[in-house]
Amino acid sequence: MKEKLEQIKAEALRQIEASDALEKLNEVKVTYLGKKGELTAVLKSMKDVAPEDRPKVGQLVNETREEIEKVLEASVKKMERAVREAKLKTEVIDVTLPSKKNKMGHRHPNTIALEEVERIFIGMGYEVVEGPDVEKDYYNFEALNIPADHPAKDEQDTFYITGDILLRTQTSSVQVHEMEKGKLPIRMIAPGRVFRSDEVDATHSPSFHQIEGLVIDKHITLADLKGTLAEFAKELFGEDTKVKFRPHHFPFTEPSAEMDVTCFKCGGKGCRFCKGEGWIEILGCGMVHPHVLEMSGIDPEQYTGFAFGVGLERIALLKYEIDDMRLLYENDIRFLKQF
Amino acid sequence: MNTALSWIKAYVPELTCTDQEYMDAMTLSGTKVEGYTRLDKNLEKIVVGQIQKIEKHPDADKLIVCQVDIGGEVIQIVTGAPNVKEGDKVPVVLDGGKVAGGHDGGPLPEEGISIKAGKLRGVPSNGMMCSIEELGSDRNFYPEAPEMGIYIFGDDVQVGADAVEALGLRDTVFEYEVTSNRVDCYSVIGIAREAAATFRKPFVLPEVTVRENGEKVEDYISVEVQDTELCPRYCARVCKNIKIAPSPQWMQRRLAASGIRPINNLVDITNYVMEEYGQPMHAYDLDTIAGHKIIVRRAKEGDVFQTLDGQERKLDADVLMICDAEKEVGIAGIMGGENSMITDHVTTVLFEAATFNGANIRKSAKRVGLRTDASGKFEKGLDPYNAEAAINRACQLIEELGCGEVVSGMVDVHGEMKEKVVLPFEPERYNKLLGTDVSEQEMLDIFRMIEVEYDAAKRTLTIPTFRQDILRQCDIAEEVARFYGYDKIPTTLPNGEATTGKLPFKLRIEQKARDIAEYCGFSQGMCYSFESPKVFDKLLLAADDPARKAITIANPLGEDFSIMRTVPLHGMLVSLATNYNRRNKDVRLYELGNIYLPKALPLTQLPEERMQFTLGMYGDCDFFDMKGVVEEFFESIGMHKKAVYDPKADRNYLHPGRQANIEYEGTLVGYLGEVHPEVCDNYDMKTRAYVAVLDIPAVLPFATFDRKYEGIAKYPAVLRDISMVVPKEVMAGQIEAVIAQRGGKILEDYQLFDIYEGSQIKDGFKSMAYSITFRAKDKTLEEADVSSAMKKILNGLEGMGIELRS
Repeated sequence: MKEKLEQIKAEALRQIEASDALEKLNEVKVTYLGKKGELTAVLKSMKDVAPEDRPKVGQLVNETREEIEKVLEASVKKMERAVREAKLKTEVIDVTLPSKKNKMGHRHPNTIALEEVERIFIGMGYEVVEGPDVEKDYYNFEALNIPADHPAKDEQDTFYITGDILLRTQTSSVQVHEMEKGKLPIRMIAPGRVFRSDEVDATHSPSFHQIEGLVIDKHITLADLKGTLAEFAKELFGEDTKVKFRPHHFPFTEPSAEMDVTCFKCGGKGCRFCKGEGWIEILGCGMVHPHVLEMSGIDPEQYTGFAFGVGLERIALLKYEIDDMRLLYENDIRFLKQF
Repeated sequence: MNTALSWIKAYVPELTCTDQEYMDAMTLSGTKVEGYTRLDKNLEKIVVGQIQKIEKHPDADKLIVCQVDIGGEVIQIVTGAPNVKEGDKVPVVLDGGKVAGGHDGGPLPEEGISIKAGKLRGVPSNGMMCSIEELGSDRNFYPEAPEMGIYIFGDDVQVGADAVEALGLRDTVFEYEVTSNRVDCYSVIGIAREAAATFRKPFVLPEVTVRENGEKVEDYISVEVQDTELCPRYCARVCKNIKIAPSPQWMQRRLAASGIRPINNLVDITNYVMEEYGQPMHAYDLDTIAGHKIIVRRAKEGDVFQTLDGQERKLDADVLMICDAEKEVGIAGIMGGENSMITDHVTTVLFEAATFNGANIRKSAKRVGLRTDASGKFEKGLDPYNAEAAINRACQLIEELGCGEVVSGMVDVHGEMKEKVVLPFEPERYNKLLGTDVSEQEMLDIFRMIEVEYDAAKRTLTIPTFRQDILRQCDIAEEVARFYGYDKIPTTLPNGEATTGKLPFKLRIEQKARDIAEYCGFSQGMCYSFESPKVFDKLLLAADDPARKAITIANPLGEDFSIMRTVPLHGMLVSLATNYNRRNKDVRLYELGNIYLPKALPLTQLPEERMQFTLGMYGDCDFFDMKGVVEEFFESIGMHKKAVYDPKADRNYLHPGRQANIEYEGTLVGYLGEVHPEVCDNYDMKTRAYVAVLDIPAVLPFATFDRKYEGIAKYPAVLRDISMVVPKEVMAGQIEAVIAQRGGKILEDYQLFDIYEGSQIKDGFKSMAYSITFRAKDKTLEEADVSSAMKKILNGLEGMGIELRS
């Protein structure tokens, strides 16, 4: 009996060895291990064995079965791997063929710049607010310390609708609306469209965008203004950006300043982009004039604040090196696609 | 404002710095320098030479050969200049030197022109004699220079000396941008005072003493000011025995550097004093002043006056005039009259130095249509105290330059003179506002430099009258900041109560609109808010269309920008057309911008500004692509209900059979459609185009970012397909309304999966097929549930004349 089992095993292993396809291995399995297979036949012939020998023979059969199964299983795995590899080889593609892209649209460079600015200031705890494009003279001028006869009213070349209603020339008008709400402290930015009567050319447009910023609280200082805007410049133009504040004049702030940033092309050494100066003018700012606070019902003895105004187009033109402002309003897809 | 540095240094004698240092420091202390020009740029190796001998050139009729003494050495120069003679002193550029430009006075080359020794028609020439144009200037600024030919010096220059120096060109002209609040800095003295304070060097004002002839000015002139509101001060002085001649070189050079052409001593003195003091002056020929009397009064409505430029100017009652006993002689602060103007034959001059109401001058100049240097200064509101200083300075110069003699005294008419502003000295307040720690002593040092007086006993500051911009403590703080140095102020962050950064809901919805539009392939455009009233015709709007009620701008840039838009389509169509005509294929654009709807016209209150989300496209696309974008947008902002598309939109600018109003829960939120071919023609687009407009304020009440998880269905769905023959005029929307209404609670979804019109379907009908999904939340549906729902649906459909196919 033992010899027979040895013989079956040797034959089975030989056949496994000789198999060159999964089907053949399956045949081996059926032939030796199946219900009608040879080992089953041996088990069936147990009735001829003496009862006391049966357990021993049973164990022998099982051992033989296990050995064959083990070898068979390993062979099946090996064969399956070979088949998969062969299949993968046939499935090679040219990965340099063109992609299938969802044709996404593009944001306007102004909006990209605006969202950057909004992100920075929202991170610093500022609320984004809006005000009307068509505005009362009071909010655009008078409440900003620009009374009826002030020369600044001429400088700004205002579009008027009636004597009292105009197209706002600056988003500073939103400052007044926000202050009038009477909720303090204030930390806001107000992006929006502004209008000035400039003919269209490469650097002028009768309609453009500004972002106004306003902070009002107890103990706000010019140093806070400098610190805030220096942070802003670094976030917007890069960690190495330096800022320079120059005294300036705006009717609604005192002291006032203009802020320059180091040229982001040459880093401040001076190049054609910054006209050799190393610096680029970026915004106007200052400490809110006490009279402006008074007019909007805020006590300047208790509260101080700072304000700033950034030209959105200016930032977009500088950041993306756009050389003609008209491109921003032509909406040529070949331009827009680049952003 | 342009000024030579040498003129500034006349008042700040200890000022030493490079041009760049000067520019940087002045800009940082608040007097912005826009740039500077060295007058001796590209002028190298140029000396004063004297022509000793002139001979004819042996081989050229138009050339001469000169022997020129250049100081201890005589060199030979060949020239074609016609104007030189023996003994003339001339500028000579030596071999290896440079001049700034050509003799024709054209644009100056960046690198100048190098001069080398050579031969002219065989005769050696070792340098070049220069014209004023070759030295980079022109006859406007050197009126004594000949029209064609070599510049010839006066006798007082030394042979061999630096010719550039002798011409006053060793100097730098700085261009300043003065802010409108600093009226005092529209003058050389004002800027010099700032320079002195910036560099902490002594400031030395010119000493003004006038030698007078002892006669009384009142015997020559009387002045009556009828409107002291418009003319707060009028100073008049008289000079006689006037001898008109050129002004001295130093004065001419300073004027030239400021961009003012030297004319003669009298004109130059008034211009010089205007630059120096910032006070415009006017000189009248006293012999033309009737009654030797000046009256300052308003013009009569409709009067016409001839200014000294020969132009007739229309006047009105708000224009202030200078008159004599009989007639008008000048428009106050703007321009004198032809009838009293100075000629070369003048013998007695009346000087006027006045101050006028700035706003009135500004408006008058605008209305009269004449803006002059003088009016530009007056309109800023000048310091009345300065008028007296300036007129005395002018008289001093008249006398010192030998231009005439000065009659004693001044006629001075003024109302109440403004008192000086006095403020308490509060150093802690300044530091608190600036975030600095500037010492009291340093502040006082700064005040001394800018002539703010400190009274230690009262602890007050008295502001000089020329500083009309200092009115409050914050203005004082700015002075401290400017001269302490903006760069030295620390950088800190506000440390008050914490606030939350916020983007309001409307802007979040707009952001979502941008995201969806771009995801669907649309790029963002931007259009103007104002447009032409002609767009209404281009868009085929009916004569009574309410959209034609637009706000008109009173002073537009032209008709094309004269009304505020009431529909957003014009900008979109122009943009699409621009792309189309530039042959860009498959263009998709969107815009987020306001339209402006007046409540009543003319405007008495602010209009309604409504944000419009406008989409436009042409190329490989159709109506349903656009509809898809609209629905993607709705879903992204939580509008999950079915919107109704009503084809009866009646919009003339859209294709009559391809347009729809979009309604959400019964509210009109927008519209979409194919652009009417006639409108496409109007915009020069030979292609089909599609637009959609969503009214953001109408959408907002339905929008939400709230989401609620409803669970994933546990029980199986049952699908039923129905195939129908439908009368052509029945729309999918109607069929879907029936399915939705009659499907009951177990109706989950329905999708059109086939639509066909054609030969296999009878005329006037189309074939449509829907797949309907039923599902219950709480059980597996039974056949009876589904059949009953289907029966209701089918009954409904049959009622609409729809035939069911097996």
